[in-house]
Amino acid sequence: MKPVNYVKFTFLSRSINESFARGAIAAFAAQLDPTVEQLADIKTAVSEAVTNCIVHAYPADVGQIQITAAVYENERLVITITDKGVGIADVEAARQPMFTTGGAERAGLGFAVMESFMDNVKVRSKLGKGTRVTLIKQLHMREHTSRPLFCAA
Amino acid sequence: MADVKIERKDSVMCAYVSGEIDHHSAAEIRETIDRALIAKDINLLTMDFGGVTFMDSSGVGLILGRYKLLSALGGRLVIQGTPPSVNRMLKLAGITKIIEFKGETADETC
Ligand SMILES: Nc1ncnc2c1ncn2[C@@H]1O[C@H](COP(=O)(O)OP(=O)(O)OP(=O)(O)O)[C@@H](O)[C@H]1O
Ligand SMILES: [Mg+2]
Repeated sequence: MKPVNYVKFTFLSRSINESFARGAIAAFAAQLDPTVEQLADIKTAVSEAVTNCIVHAYPADVGQIQITAAVYENERLVITITDKGVGIADVEAARQPMFTTGGAERAGLGFAVMESFMDNVKVRSKLGKGTRVTLIKQLHMREHTSRPLFCAA
Repeated sequence: MADVKIERKDSVMCAYVSGEIDHHSAAEIRETIDRALIAKDINLLTMDFGGVTFMDSSGVGLILGRYKLLSALGGRLVIQGTPPSVNRMLKLAGITKIIEFKGETADETC
């Protein structure tokens, strides 16, 4: 299925960009008219994925992070967060709550938060090549939408 | 983005955190709190989250880190004033079982 709308941007893995990234995606998601809680869920999940790129993917240097966000006709929001960093050796282990390689100041909760706040989370990773996290949220399916979702082209 | 105000009286310290807590701002909050903690002999730290508008798992790490530091120094950590969004994160983390949690009631320490 082709998206109805789409954005894509790239930024450096500097921690100051965490708030920019979640804010930009929240602004994009606003066209789906999400509830306050849904918007908070999306912001938090994006913040987790972006922070992981900054903290784990590029531990010693600064690299590029690419985000795409797409909305589909059925009010589905699909976000990808991609890095070209160190990769994850065992994705299944990494997704377990409390699993962290980040030391005392990290809770090992990022993936658990993404899974709990989004409808579907996919992780593809290759050691030395990088990681792509896909976050999917199904916004309220109004049974009888009276207003057309997208009027102007 | 985020701000932390410190109040100290004898061995009791309160940290009022406000704004958005993420990995970036947590580093600054942590440094401010730890500097104040270590400068004085603190045996009770209360962290107030009343002004927090956003928090991801970095906030949980911030709390756990202060909890460990306080324990190592022979002190206590209490958290209070957490808005619903923060409560959700703390619940998911299972952190309310480990840490003294005051909910939203008025405090007697700060
Ligand atoms: N983009 C990434 N590149 C490389 N490793 C990653 C990436 N994302 C996650 N990881 C690995 O997966 C582990 C778990 O990630 P998760 O976000 O669940 O916890 P955390 O980042 O360690 O802690 P928290 O998110 O609570 O601060 C990380 O410790 C890291 O080892
Ligand atoms: Mg993380």
